[in-house]
Amino acid sequence: MPYNIVVCVKQVPDTTDVKIDPETKTLVREGVPSIVNPFDTYALEEGIRIRERAGGKVTVLSMGPPQAVEALKECLAVGADEAVLLTDRAFAGSDTLATAYALSLAIKKLGTDVVLCGKQAWDGDTAQVGPGVAEELDVPHATYVRKMTLDGGSAIVERLVEGGYERVRVPLPALFTVVKEINEPRLPSLRGKIKAKSAKIPVWGPQDIGADTTRLGLGGSPTEVVRVFSPEVRKRGEVLDMPASEAARYLLSKLEGVIR
Amino acid sequence: MKSPGLIIDTHVCTLCGSCLQACPFGALSTGDEGVVVDERCNLCSACLDACPVGAMSIQRAEKTGQGLPRAAESSDDIWVYAEHRRGKPAGVSFELLGAARRLARLPAAVAAVLLGHEVAGLAKDLIAAGADRVYLVEDPELKDFRDEPYTHVMAEVIKEHRPSVVLFGATSQGRSLAPRLAGRLRTGLTADCTGLEISEDGLLQQTRPAFGGNIMATILTRRARPQMATVRPRVMKRLAPDPSRTGEIIRPQVGRPFSSRAELLEFIEEAETVNLEDADIIVSGGRGLADPKNFGMLRELARELGGALAASRAAVDAGWVPYSIQVGQTGKTVGPKVYIAAGISGSVQHLAGMSSSDIIVAINKDPDAPIFKFATYGIVGDLFEVVPALIAEIRARRSRV
Amino acid sequence: MEPAYNEEQMMIRDLARRIAEEKVRPEAARLDEEEEFPYEILEVLKQSDLFAVPVPEQYGGLGMGVTETCIVVEELARACAGVAVTYAAGFLGSIPLVMFGSEEQKARYLPRIARGDLCAFALTEAEAGSDAAGIRTQATKDGDFYVLNGTKQWITNGGEAPIYTVVAVTDRSRGVRGASTFVVEKGMPGFTFGKKEKKMGIRSSATRELVFQDCRIPKENLLGREGHGYLITLKTLDRARPGVAAQAVGICENAVDLCVEYARTRRQSGQVISSFQAVQHLLADMATQTEAAKALLYQTTHYIDSGAQEYSKEAAMCKLFASDVAMKVTTDAVQVFGGYGYMRDYPVEKLMRDAKITQIYEGTNQIQRNVIGGALVKESARKGKRG
Repeated sequence: MPYNIVVCVKQVPDTTDVKIDPETKTLVREGVPSIVNPFDTYALEEGIRIRERAGGKVTVLSMGPPQAVEALKECLAVGADEAVLLTDRAFAGSDTLATAYALSLAIKKLGTDVVLCGKQAWDGDTAQVGPGVAEELDVPHATYVRKMTLDGGSAIVERLVEGGYERVRVPLPALFTVVKEINEPRLPSLRGKIKAKSAKIPVWGPQDIGADTTRLGLGGSPTEVVRVFSPEVRKRGEVLDMPASEAARYLLSKLEGVIR
Repeated sequence: MKSPGLIIDTHVCTLCGSCLQACPFGALSTGDEGVVVDERCNLCSACLDACPVGAMSIQRAEKTGQGLPRAAESSDDIWVYAEHRRGKPAGVSFELLGAARRLARLPAAVAAVLLGHEVAGLAKDLIAAGADRVYLVEDPELKDFRDEPYTHVMAEVIKEHRPSVVLFGATSQGRSLAPRLAGRLRTGLTADCTGLEISEDGLLQQTRPAFGGNIMATILTRRARPQMATVRPRVMKRLAPDPSRTGEIIRPQVGRPFSSRAELLEFIEEAETVNLEDADIIVSGGRGLADPKNFGMLRELARELGGALAASRAAVDAGWVPYSIQVGQTGKTVGPKVYIAAGISGSVQHLAGMSSSDIIVAINKDPDAPIFKFATYGIVGDLFEVVPALIAEIRARRSRV
Repeated sequence: MEPAYNEEQMMIRDLARRIAEEKVRPEAARLDEEEEFPYEILEVLKQSDLFAVPVPEQYGGLGMGVTETCIVVEELARACAGVAVTYAAGFLGSIPLVMFGSEEQKARYLPRIARGDLCAFALTEAEAGSDAAGIRTQATKDGDFYVLNGTKQWITNGGEAPIYTVVAVTDRSRGVRGASTFVVEKGMPGFTFGKKEKKMGIRSSATRELVFQDCRIPKENLLGREGHGYLITLKTLDRARPGVAAQAVGICENAVDLCVEYARTRRQSGQVISSFQAVQHLLADMATQTEAAKALLYQTTHYIDSGAQEYSKEAAMCKLFASDVAMKVTTDAVQVFGGYGYMRDYPVEKLMRDAKITQIYEGTNQIQRNVIGGALVKESARKGKRG
């Protein structure tokens, strides 16, 4: 049966180039391009595979600044059918609660059987938005999914837990956050990129999704960042430049109290 | 009431551009009228610190509580979600009780919340670990962790007893339950905290890494209650258990049904995922291993030390070992007593996953590998010689004992 | 320096580069060591539509030019020349069809090529390398068929490609006008392959003998007309030669990048070697020559794509220059790495082994000089007549 799939995607700064300058103690952000949050690419790939197997439609949804449309175009180039961008000053400064609220309204407007999210976002790393959206949508959810099989109106998933994994049956509609083990994301195709380049991506604001503006942005975010600082730097320890057997002996004598 | 946002005093601003560079979100640019702030700004205050002339200030949002629960009637109590897996208590719960004890100032009490079926026996361990009180809800429907019934019960108990703070382990349960629960309660949740403090006015100062660990952020939930946070295992220290401690066991009445749409079919154990986060000793391999079969040597060393095997992303991406043992930014975060990194260069992303290890031992033939900058003991050498030497030395010592 | 890419070229460059970095580079050393044909990488290239780049749109391709094709080759060559030549030789083998095929032939083959069916161009024989006119493979008309007999040597993609464009003699008495070009498919009766050659470099590329023993092919597989073989060959090689230059440029860029990174971190006498002028000068010359080769390459491809009818001289120049530069740059690269440069555990010696062939195939650099010299004289003579 065809499935209406929504994949939540976030555009994040590319990797590690945000640091504190140790001399001036201020943040320095190298001019790096933004990319689709790597974990979300696995969610998108899974959505496309579901569509390839059972039919349906994959819509990517992102909440972010206007530039996030680039991330959405990347997703179209990989194979998503449609994309929607939630952007407006009103959304700015949203923490995970406000973000989950806004995303859930957009998803309600789109209608869905399956919502897919990546495990967590590179920059915020909180991994909270997925379950938060499920709560707002009042649908069941499963996190850390490493394998997913859809069977009519429900999904059987394997989710990673400490010590192993659980097999869970989740009736649809439902939300899933996925881990890297689930698949190998495909690269965009040239035709996809060309098509995506000229794609018109609808942009929705608070009024388009019927949002209660007091629940958006800074005002709707119970948490706030009050300070940003450099992490404590681990200092260089002892460097041993000696033959292997000597190094082994030295090390083990140092670790005596710690290991049995 | 002024609208919330970043305020730039144009009389003071010298257009030096320091703030532009400092903004981690790229929200600042220069326009005809001076510095322009766009909607990416989320008032993190990095630019305030960077401005050499103090031209920047922040007008915080008035959170009048519309849509958020009022803070007024909460107690000062600090709660810990007492996680268990198939009846076995999770170590992180005891660590969080230790943290809660440290945070709680009289008259605030520390409590544990325990949900399950036939788990009352765990209450005394929770009390010994620092709980003054255990809120216990037992029901066959709560035997296994499932998101919906657990969210429902936690929400009801919290609404009734109004803690100031609720802490969860950043485990697969915690990271699934806490955000759903925070959504249910419309309150603030901060994930993966590495530091917790309580200020005089009862605000929980939540510190966590961001941008792959390149910066640290301190977060507050000023108004909404409870203040929720998840903390990774091995970050906080548990107290030595004191069986003489006494505490109350309270059984709140929670309205049924405790239904769950999701159905747990079975749990399947997998050897290599065994408790990387709980391990005291970890032996980890990276690109320098060069071949999957060389991991056998590391497994041997791990076995001799009674530790667990882990790997860097390079080894996982090369297909030598499964993702479940990957340590780092996009893998697991561990904090063992001893972390031995063999053939791992020590990128920031890897460090993000193991920096809270007590002792880091690095074995690498490249003396300029970044890992030597932060290893407690760095061995410059060929791991194919050093690892066997370590194994031999351990065996030699054991036979002497 | 980047040539002035338009948006589409930038897209192609980015996609090819991504594939090169994510899929090719991690495998390059192993493919070289094990002389393994890059099947999986070709699958990725297929999925990403990169084989469709040089095929006309009406046959399922993207209808792009030599410039775009060379961008793909260059980016792949940055990661592995063997993978790059597999793609580039596919392009080479398809050119006779694109330029000289009939509607029916194009409709039959080009959609397959756009989807990723590899091609191979078969001209060279044991006794006919630079002496292309000396080929002996015979194609004898027999009713509705041609019967091929003979052996082709050192054919890139031989044995792996499904589609071959083969030059054979149809009328020995007519000399240069006696050859014709045919399309032969793997699996046609009488068409087999010799062993895979063991090469100095581009070892992931498959190079084999093609053996025709009474191989019967339908007469509809004749490209153009009988006697057009050499014309088709010359035009094909002209169009494909920038592809070799692109391989060479890619190899150079990889070499320069690796050397600069190495020089920055390698310490001798208490300093990084990049602080020694001797090394800096080497690097400077390597980088400058690479830029020059790249500039000449894309100047040539733009010239071809702008509709030029005659570009033998230009194509020969860019191939000659880039390949000679690649040999020099990679030799110097080994030198920068010093002892480590000679060790197979380090990536540079492969680059030197890979670069050598660019001075040899698709016309040795001696032949290229002949072409250029001949063209210069011809041009001058034409001008002379007018004056």
